[in-house]
Amino acid sequence: MNLDYSPEEQEFRDEVRSFIQANLPADIRDRAKTGGRGGKDDIVRWQKILYEKGWGASSWPEQYGGPGWNAVQRHIFEDECAEAGTPMQLPFGLKMVAPVIMRFGNEAQKSYFLPRIISAEDWWCQGYSEPGAGSDLASLKTRAVRGTDAEGEHYIVNGQKTWNTLGQYADWIFCLVRTSTEGRQQEGISFLLIDMKTPGITVKPIIMLDGEHEVNEVWFDNVRVPVENRVGDENKGWTYAKFLLGHERTGIAGVGRSKAALRRLKSLARRQAGDNGKPLIEDQRFRDRIAQVEMELMALEITNLKLISEEGKAHAPGPEASMLKIKGSEIQQTLTELCMQALGPYSVPWLHDGQDLAGSSQPLAESFTVRDAGTSGAYFNTRKTTIYGGSSEIQKNIISQMILGL
Amino acid sequence: MDFNLTEEQTAIQDSLKRYLAKDYAFEQRRALTKTPLGHSAEAWATYAELGILALPFPESAGGLGGNAVDTMLIAETLGASLALEPFLSTVVLSGSLINEIGTPAQRDTLLAGITQGTLQVALAHGEPGARYATNHVAATAKKDGAGWSLSGHKVVVLGAPSADKLLVSARTSGSAFDTNGVSLFVVDAKAAGVTVRAYATQDSQRAGEVLLKDVKVGADALVGAVNQALPAIEHAIDRGIAALCAEAVGVMAALNAATLEYLKTRKQFGQPIGKFQALQHRMAEMAIATEHARSMALLAAVKVESADVAERRRNVSAAKAYIGQSARTVGQGAVQMHGGMGVTDELIVSHFFKRLTVINATFGDADHHLGKFSDSLLAA
Repeated sequence: MNLDYSPEEQEFRDEVRSFIQANLPADIRDRAKTGGRGGKDDIVRWQKILYEKGWGASSWPEQYGGPGWNAVQRHIFEDECAEAGTPMQLPFGLKMVAPVIMRFGNEAQKSYFLPRIISAEDWWCQGYSEPGAGSDLASLKTRAVRGTDAEGEHYIVNGQKTWNTLGQYADWIFCLVRTSTEGRQQEGISFLLIDMKTPGITVKPIIMLDGEHEVNEVWFDNVRVPVENRVGDENKGWTYAKFLLGHERTGIAGVGRSKAALRRLKSLARRQAGDNGKPLIEDQRFRDRIAQVEMELMALEITNLKLISEEGKAHAPGPEASMLKIKGSEIQQTLTELCMQALGPYSVPWLHDGQDLAGSSQPLAESFTVRDAGTSGAYFNTRKTTIYGGSSEIQKNIISQMILGL
Repeated sequence: MDFNLTEEQTAIQDSLKRYLAKDYAFEQRRALTKTPLGHSAEAWATYAELGILALPFPESAGGLGGNAVDTMLIAETLGASLALEPFLSTVVLSGSLINEIGTPAQRDTLLAGITQGTLQVALAHGEPGARYATNHVAATAKKDGAGWSLSGHKVVVLGAPSADKLLVSARTSGSAFDTNGVSLFVVDAKAAGVTVRAYATQDSQRAGEVLLKDVKVGADALVGAVNQALPAIEHAIDRGIAALCAEAVGVMAALNAATLEYLKTRKQFGQPIGKFQALQHRMAEMAIATEHARSMALLAAVKVESADVAERRRNVSAAKAYIGQSARTVGQGAVQMHGGMGVTDELIVSHFFKRLTVINATFGDADHHLGKFSDSLLAA
């Protein structure tokens, strides 16, 4: 039993750290420091850099281009990326649809899609939720009807998906669609891969409470999808969907990003003045709140490490990931809430992209930098974390049923 | 990074589990709480046989050369059975202090007695007016010929009623909260001038007030250097905290198992009450709290022997605070979900709950340690 990194693990960490140091483009690094948004371009550029290095998909098996890391190495890599403030690696392709294709897809799907995902050639988005199917995902209604025309067998898809994160950039969408209304609702679902350029697809932005365009609605109006774009068997999509959700939840603990956010919170509390003119961190009431969330994060990190080290033994992430999702998302929310609170009156201004109404991005005060301008928005934005990927309440249902047997 | 246990660790934990399952059932424990001793002499002898009382000490002192993770596993197992024996006070607190700063003669005689199960020792350190401050020592030790004369009042000394020897902290210079000037003495519990006012604790263990009035001890009673004992005492208390954290995890896991069983068997409105979502979610929260508490107990165990004192104390405080909070969630939740039965003496549930509550109040509660941990952020 040892929580410290072994000499080999430390060496690996140093290797990752120096690679990021040397290869994260300066403009991306600066944007990360100032809290700016790089959008699609930064994400794609960084993914291509990692891909060139052979680190494009830390969790993939070597046969598909993964680096062959163990769970601890993957953890170190994610930690270092978070610490350095690298752009995120888009999870929809790498961590969601790719494991499904690897496990349930055919050879043609594997050889076409996987290389394009890891090299950032294709941008993927998720087509799970619908306006009437949120927590009760299996009640989804987007219809796919099988048919044949001159070009072969296909499905005609009609319906609407929602909460498609960064779907405005997507080349492909993976969709759960209803192919049967017979029997239990879980038994009539299929898993389709749909080219976003197909005629009949409309993407409409949803503006979120922080004023940002991060998610979308995707409408399907008689969209023709070749039958070879179905993963696995018809009407067995629910099994694949659940497999995917298990994968989604493991990364969702977000330990590395939260550690970086905690450091930022502490730095903010040292820079901001408290009511008596001394640094806010000397205010015991506020400091205790930081201490509380730091303790929670310490417990989460060790629990996460324990679970991923067991994951190496039995591969598929189990319902235990629900525990990490609940705690991890609450911690993310608490951290953004405390950052906002640390700003006091300066939590109030809404400076879209760091600009006032006249378009000036001059700092409002020395104690309120351009980066701080995004802080309150982050608080509003992270309310989503206990909702997406299965709300906290759904996770508790999963724990009750799958772990506790209630 | 390695979360695996060694074969030896698994083996000793398993043998303890087997013994407790066979000979330390709840009704047997209940009977023990009503005896004058308040615990089982037979169990204590068995712990000695199993090597548990020798586990954390070096082989040179007759020990098994174990570490804090070994202690964690034992404490967790004892917690699950609500064992009453003074493992914490004799082995973890007093034994480690003697091992660390005792003279060769003290290590020879006292550690031999502890490891063989023939000697119980209690640490008499806390005082009225100290609350959880570890540096408050107002008891005095005055030079008296070649030896010393001790006077003072020590509060809630765990295991004092059955202790053969007491490790008494006393001031040899300075005033109450000074970190320098604290010395440690080994005192016979039956010595003239020593009064142990024994009582049961809320959780059916035994403790007592120790009153010292002009207690004469020889020069060889001094443990460690004059005026310099406080760092070692504080380290021993941190080891005690790490063990308490592990014990709490053992209690929480057992309490969750009992509660889960109840949710599956108790029927109301024509179905098991575990079918109700309000109770399911509370149970899920208790399971999460216990898993995370387990991680923090592990953190305390791996950090408690850290050479960096600030690092050690910061992590131990984080663990104790976190576990105090989790224990409250789990303990109160378990009682609530057992309904009326949860507040009876009959079920083990209330006894688990009381142990968790006492653990929180021992060596600093959740608020105390949150404060300590919080203050460490100023230095960081």
